[in-house]
Amino acid sequence: MSENRLEIRKTYKLLVNGAFPRSESGRTYEVVDAEGKFIANVAQASRKDLREAVVAARAAQAKWWSQSAYNRGQVIYRLAEMAESRHAEIAEAVELSEGVKSKEARKSVSRGIDRMVWYAGWTDKIAQVFGGANPVAGPFFNFSLPVPSGVVAAVAHPTNSFEGLIDVTFGAIAAGNSVIVLASSDRPVPAVLLGEMSAVSDFPGGVLNILTGKVEELAPVMASHEDIDGLDIGCVQATEHTALISAAAGSIKRVFEGQGFDETTAVRRLRTFIETSTVWHTKGQ
Amino acid sequence: MLDPIVLVETDMESLHSQLGGLQYDNAPESAAIAKIKKEYGLFINGQFTSPKDHKSFFTINPATEEKLSKISQADANDVDAAVQSAKRAYEKVWSKTTGPERAKYLFRIARLIQERSRELAVTETLDNGKPIRETRDIDVPLAAAHFFYYAGWADKLSFAGYGADPKPIGVAGQIIPWNFPLLMAAWKLAPALAAGNTCVLKPAETTPLTALLLAEILQQAELPDGVVNIITGDGSTGAALVEHPDVNKIAFTGSTGVGRMIQQRIAGSGKHLTLELGGKGANIVFEDAPIDEMVEGIIDGIFFNQGHVCCAGSRLLVQESIAEDVLRRLMRRVEQLRVGDPMDKNTDVGAVNSAEQLARISELTATGEEEGATRLTSTCVLPSKGFWFPPTVFTNVSQSHRIAREEIFGPVLSMLTFRTPEEAVQKANNTNYGLACGVWSEKGSRTLWVAERLRAGVIWANTYNKFDPTSPFGGVRESGFGREGGRQGLEAYLNV
Repeated sequence: MSENRLEIRKTYKLLVNGAFPRSESGRTYEVVDAEGKFIANVAQASRKDLREAVVAARAAQAKWWSQSAYNRGQVIYRLAEMAESRHAEIAEAVELSEGVKSKEARKSVSRGIDRMVWYAGWTDKIAQVFGGANPVAGPFFNFSLPVPSGVVAAVAHPTNSFEGLIDVTFGAIAAGNSVIVLASSDRPVPAVLLGEMSAVSDFPGGVLNILTGKVEELAPVMASHEDIDGLDIGCVQATEHTALISAAAGSIKRVFEGQGFDETTAVRRLRTFIETSTVWHTKGQ
Repeated sequence: MLDPIVLVETDMESLHSQLGGLQYDNAPESAAIAKIKKEYGLFINGQFTSPKDHKSFFTINPATEEKLSKISQADANDVDAAVQSAKRAYEKVWSKTTGPERAKYLFRIARLIQERSRELAVTETLDNGKPIRETRDIDVPLAAAHFFYYAGWADKLSFAGYGADPKPIGVAGQIIPWNFPLLMAAWKLAPALAAGNTCVLKPAETTPLTALLLAEILQQAELPDGVVNIITGDGSTGAALVEHPDVNKIAFTGSTGVGRMIQQRIAGSGKHLTLELGGKGANIVFEDAPIDEMVEGIIDGIFFNQGHVCCAGSRLLVQESIAEDVLRRLMRRVEQLRVGDPMDKNTDVGAVNSAEQLARISELTATGEEEGATRLTSTCVLPSKGFWFPPTVFTNVSQSHRIAREEIFGPVLSMLTFRTPEEAVQKANNTNYGLACGVWSEKGSRTLWVAERLRAGVIWANTYNKFDPTSPFGGVRESGFGREGGRQGLEAYLNV
């Protein structure tokens, strides 16, 4: 970058249904870096933006699930490729947002991208690992197939701006769900960058929706929305869980409350948003 | 939009006379083998409490309205005693009992159920009202099979796919319904014990007897005291169990309304939860379906256990081209169903479990006619005492009718039609429930195409209402979450 050039700043928008709209509400909120310096006015998603994302996610989920597991893996891998090629840019955003040393930021981004690749490899293993044939006593071929819950809403980690987005997003997506994720409110820039990269990663529009805004405004709507099947609130502070789960019970949602981004937790999260569908088929001549 | 169907023999009386009124001799099972006691206490810490220490209620035979036994009502203190007993047993005994030892206890229980199968079947039929043919051939053998299946898992948990050394959760509170009393007890207890948990089981208010008989079996098996506690009572007992702070896991089978309440009550408590709730299963019939098997499958789908089945095929979706033929054959078969004394070995459809359930079935069925559907009812003669509802089929049903949307939990079928596989899938999925569906077609590729698109936990192809301990059972969406049966059934009781 030339020192004398006035930089061109970017408008940070939502990712809904494969497009990048501002909030329908017209609202934005100011995001600052770790030292309190202005970074951007970020779109502040409204309840209506969330509801529109749900409609898009529902429609996209059927498309996403109808693709082969192999293909879904490649799409997620493609996003990892895009992220890798812009590694430095994401790391810079993480460094700025979190106020960590640049080496730390680069490591964090590397771990996040590696985790994305890990999920890319899951798509065509889930059926074999969690499903299988069942030896019932009778003339039937009986098999259990893990299928996605449908539409999953997730709240990303409040401080871990990039890595803390990956697990809550791609676990459910790898399992065949579509996802609406609320990025870190205070540090949304890395999430918005990833959303922009997803536009060139062959995701059907609506599979990955990234909102920026306020947890207290949007998480209750995620919990009570009748057309959301799963809810990941592990990154929401514990004092809010009772009210959120209580609202989620209205439509018997699958709720994930776990914390951490280790493999065991990741698999647990994956399992939360799959359903075992068991088919009995008669055998005979 | 209504589905127009014209039945040639809409007059069930004339259908009945055409069939010539088949006669069967009575084939009654003896009630004497049941040996039901006059009163029962609660089963806590390996012993029955004295019935005198509790308030009580009667459990009755729904086929005769006669009192069978006086049952203790567990209050909050009793629930606490049961939970403390389970907690003690977990900490001191069961968590230190090795997998192979736990397995042997479960094998013992399976064998004891087999040994006392006739007694269990008769007791179940008397208490529940379901035909002896079903308790004898389905409920009791499957209950034994569940214990036998999960016995084998107790020492092989490391191979179940949930990590190298998966741990139990602790004390499981288990609340079961009245439609398959012993079988649901087995579905709950067997995987919980195999995984290393201890249990407090609450059977349904109207059907406590086989669970209490199972308590005696646990004593005969010499299962360590407190590993399983069985407490009887009404909804307040269940609520106290759900809210008890020392319960680590709740497993509930019952209505979506109560399931929702439980999820709300324990929100934020960290308790594990699995729910097996209601359903409004679609039985989809394509024009190339194997016709005789299909008619039997429709009958079995809705009239098995008087339709008191969460996965009942209560919505029949028939391809338009064969709708008239299917309806004609179906009504002939409905008219031949033998409704009456559950203790008669020839009985197909027994008594409705309670006056309350009968009222609900009657109320919902009345809305069917009010909303414009056409009602076809078996002309069977119902006994004068007890709770009975004749097998009933509705045609001209629209998707918005209450009988097409709400779970009736009775012998009432709603018939709709479709033209294309896409329409069948769309109609089948047009519900908040997602427990089970049936698909009838001789074309395997189409069956699998449809199965893949149905939002349901169980799909039966060219069969219906089949259960097996190796086969995971449970719903999607508002039919609940978690599985019972199979390797997947262990997950509900492991801290993984």
